[in-house]
Amino acid sequence: MTDFLDPLPWLIMLPLAWGTLAFVLGPGRGGRLAIAAIALQGLLVLQLAGQLLAGGARVHAVGGWGAPLGIDLLADGLAAVMLLLAQAVALPLAIYARGYFAAQPKGRELFWPMTGYLLAALNALFLSADLFNIYVTLELLGLAAVGLVAIAGGQAPVTAALRYLLATLLGSGAWLLGVALIYGSYGSVSLAILAPLVGADAPLAATLAAALMLAGLLLKTALFPFHFWLPPAHGGAPAPVSALLSALVIKATFYLVLRLWLELFAPLTTVAAAQLLGILGAAAILWGSALALAQTRLKMLVAYSTVAQVGYLFLLFPLATLVPPDAAESAVQGGVMQAVAHGLAKAAMFAAAGSMIVATGRDDIGRLGGVGAHLPLTLFSFGLAGVTLMGLPPSGGFSAKWLLLRAALETGQWWWVAVMIAGGLLTAAYVFKVLRRAFLPVASGDRVTRVPRTLEFSAFALALAAILLGLFGAPLLALLAVGGAA
Amino acid sequence: MIDTWLPVGVVLSSFLPGLFIFFLAESRIRLRTALNLIGALAKLALIGVMLWGVLNDHEYVFRHTVLPGLDLVLKADALALLFVTLSAVLWLFTTLYAIGYLEGAPHRSRFFGFFSLCVTATVGVAMAGNLFTFFVFYELLTLATYPLVVHRGTEQAMRAGHVYLGYTLGGGALLLVGTVWLYGLAGQADFVHGGSLAALPPETAGQLQVVFLLLIAGVGVKAALVPLHGWLPLAMVAPAPVSALLHAVAVVKAGAFGIVRIVYEVYGVEFAQSLDLLTPLAIAAAVTIIWGSLRALFQDDLKKRLAYSTVSQVSYIALGVALFGPLGTIGGLVHLVHQGIMKITLFFCAGNYAETLGIHKISEMDGAGRRMPWTSLAFTLGAFGMIGVPPLAGFVSKWYLGLGALEAGMPWVLAVLAASSLLNAAYFLPVLHRIWFRPAPSAWPAEHIPQRGRWETAPLLLLPPLATAAAILLVGLFAASAFSPLDWAKLIADREYLQWTP
Repeated sequence: MTDFLDPLPWLIMLPLAWGTLAFVLGPGRGGRLAIAAIALQGLLVLQLAGQLLAGGARVHAVGGWGAPLGIDLLADGLAAVMLLLAQAVALPLAIYARGYFAAQPKGRELFWPMTGYLLAALNALFLSADLFNIYVTLELLGLAAVGLVAIAGGQAPVTAALRYLLATLLGSGAWLLGVALIYGSYGSVSLAILAPLVGADAPLAATLAAALMLAGLLLKTALFPFHFWLPPAHGGAPAPVSALLSALVIKATFYLVLRLWLELFAPLTTVAAAQLLGILGAAAILWGSALALAQTRLKMLVAYSTVAQVGYLFLLFPLATLVPPDAAESAVQGGVMQAVAHGLAKAAMFAAAGSMIVATGRDDIGRLGGVGAHLPLTLFSFGLAGVTLMGLPPSGGFSAKWLLLRAALETGQWWWVAVMIAGGLLTAAYVFKVLRRAFLPVASGDRVTRVPRTLEFSAFALALAAILLGLFGAPLLALLAVGGAA
Repeated sequence: MIDTWLPVGVVLSSFLPGLFIFFLAESRIRLRTALNLIGALAKLALIGVMLWGVLNDHEYVFRHTVLPGLDLVLKADALALLFVTLSAVLWLFTTLYAIGYLEGAPHRSRFFGFFSLCVTATVGVAMAGNLFTFFVFYELLTLATYPLVVHRGTEQAMRAGHVYLGYTLGGGALLLVGTVWLYGLAGQADFVHGGSLAALPPETAGQLQVVFLLLIAGVGVKAALVPLHGWLPLAMVAPAPVSALLHAVAVVKAGAFGIVRIVYEVYGVEFAQSLDLLTPLAIAAAVTIIWGSLRALFQDDLKKRLAYSTVSQVSYIALGVALFGPLGTIGGLVHLVHQGIMKITLFFCAGNYAETLGIHKISEMDGAGRRMPWTSLAFTLGAFGMIGVPPLAGFVSKWYLGLGALEAGMPWVLAVLAASSLLNAAYFLPVLHRIWFRPAPSAWPAEHIPQRGRWETAPLLLLPPLATAAAILLVGLFAASAFSPLDWAKLIADREYLQWTP
């Protein structure tokens, strides 16, 4: 295959190009272009997945210059799964956004360029093969995300965006400091070169670097107790933005935690550190779910649900660290499955919530009456997404929970079982809080208007994908296994 | 090839019409009715084919791998078909009844959509080929019935829905933990005659006992085993066709059927006996039988009395399962069918009294027999059947349960059966006395449907209970003939006991 046709660089160049083009075209334009381009990106990822399944993980030297001088792009199973998730979520959301901003023009001016940059940063992050490039993508990702939170303008979103900016800059700063320490100790930032050098006898500086980088990533992933910035940012942004952020942006930093934990810093991991991550995850599940249940605004409920669902991701660490390989494999598969399932389901849920808010004209759970009668497909999508989040079968969320539960029981760590079960029941409580309200007839004085079809169907497509993932999860796990990431 | 897809077809025959119905406008009554009936008849046709095949020792299996080591299996074996046939036949009657019952009511598309999903989940539970598949449909059943329970949207209905979800999702969680644990211990295994766990090393016995408790508690919620039965009497706020389906086929039966599968085809009845699991189950069932009957005595609300009666009667199935020996098995299995036919008749009749005359309470039923003789006749047959009067369906069940108790060396069960029959009589006979022998009041509480010629109520409300009432008599009278529920239960019992010699 000629270098020019390799999908890897195009996955980064394409979104950069259409983002810039959308900016040049002028405020609010470029939606159709974005949809076409994301569809193309999706095809490229599918092509890449096919290549990986056939030929194993591979490296692409950008412009023919390899490391240490040039930039390497690395595609293995884990990266491909995340790329797949990103394009699969972005495509329906782009279709959704076109309809949404037609009905709700606040914030449409800069949406498409920012989204282009966001996707470019995401794809680059998943493919990066050295720590410094990852830093660059992290910064670009953070800035694009903050910008998207702020695009609607107004007091609350801008405050939320500033708080988010502070968190994300702090996180990247910690990462950069860590990278500097690593460079000082080993004289390289390339993952491939560093991997054989970092051993159990690593100097204190390396351990410190690992801790700093991990802390920075946890802050950006909004793991309890670093979740303070997430609900106002995700709950206050326009619905398509909330969906992108909750589904994808926090998954990117989780992806980095997972990759470093399993590969570069694997010799430094300890059971105590893994249990600590698990405990934070458990606290996130319980605290986030409880707060979600207490919300009166629909989008805040969905945002707190993200805080809780992030917790499940981190349960994989105690289940995968220093345990028999069978259990570890099951745990990693469960964690990645949860990342994908939550990405699809949460995008669906935010999209559905956005439609409900457009239809009722307000963001209030208590006044959702009539939504069931007037927007049945939207409510159905919300319910299906809820099924995945609750972990009921058949759904991606269930498959994830099954794999994690199996690992927990196999390694005798029954306390995580209790956490997962309790989390599932709490999730059911807040999902049904919304559903039962929406089933009621419309309250007197309230009005439910119709929303464009594209809003209803794009949310449904996302929710359906989350369900189908539960029936056809095996190919995804086969892809994940490429390159031994799992 | 076609054999693989028959079980899938049975599931889809209600799933696809259900999906269509969701998107139909309220006013498309004819199309909706047609979809419902085509689905129900197609299901029956497919089942007919499979009944013939299974009788000739054929099995229909569909398998799809969801995750490595986790298969979704649909299997039509003799036990599955017992329940599937019951569900499909009663679904047809209930659909007809519901069409009559809901005439002119709002949200009918939503109702029939979830109604179809509910039946889909039930046949899925019936044909689940392993514990994971069972769990999938068991949870789907919870989700599909919730909107039916809260269908009326009243404060009372919402509260009942809340309690229902709390109980059933909690039960589902227990079932999930038990299932994962078992898969970890023994790997993936299909339901097979005689169970698949006997080969495990003896040191796992303790864990297997805990898993058994988790699994039975999980399905026991839907089977309304005391003390997990609290949701059932509240759920009777649902519309009558829903209650009928919930009590006779869908929810409580899914739970009871789960107990059957777990005891016979996961653990194996002989292995379960060797782990000392059957006697505690028998005691739990006996307690439920007596407690449900006692509570039924004190209810004035007709549907509530019937609901407590269900609590009691469904545990006959669990009791039969727990009696070690083929006769107990036959008694339990045949009651799965018989209780369904009897209870659906009773709920249809209760719905008729409410819809026609506005009667909800037993104290309002004086003289109802003269105004509604046919409905009252059906009700009487159902009640006599529950008491166990020969030659009705309930008698056959109790006869075999009694024989099974003696065979299993548990004569105390006979006392439970006798006490329960007395209690059944004590809460049903006064109702019958009011219906037939008390003078009618000058006006009914709220007469919605006036007498029209010979029709005491709407034809679609009257014919289904008459048909099921006739069935109560027929399955009792012709219990010994081929293709009767009893005959089929004997076939299953023959295949479940591997080494047992009487």
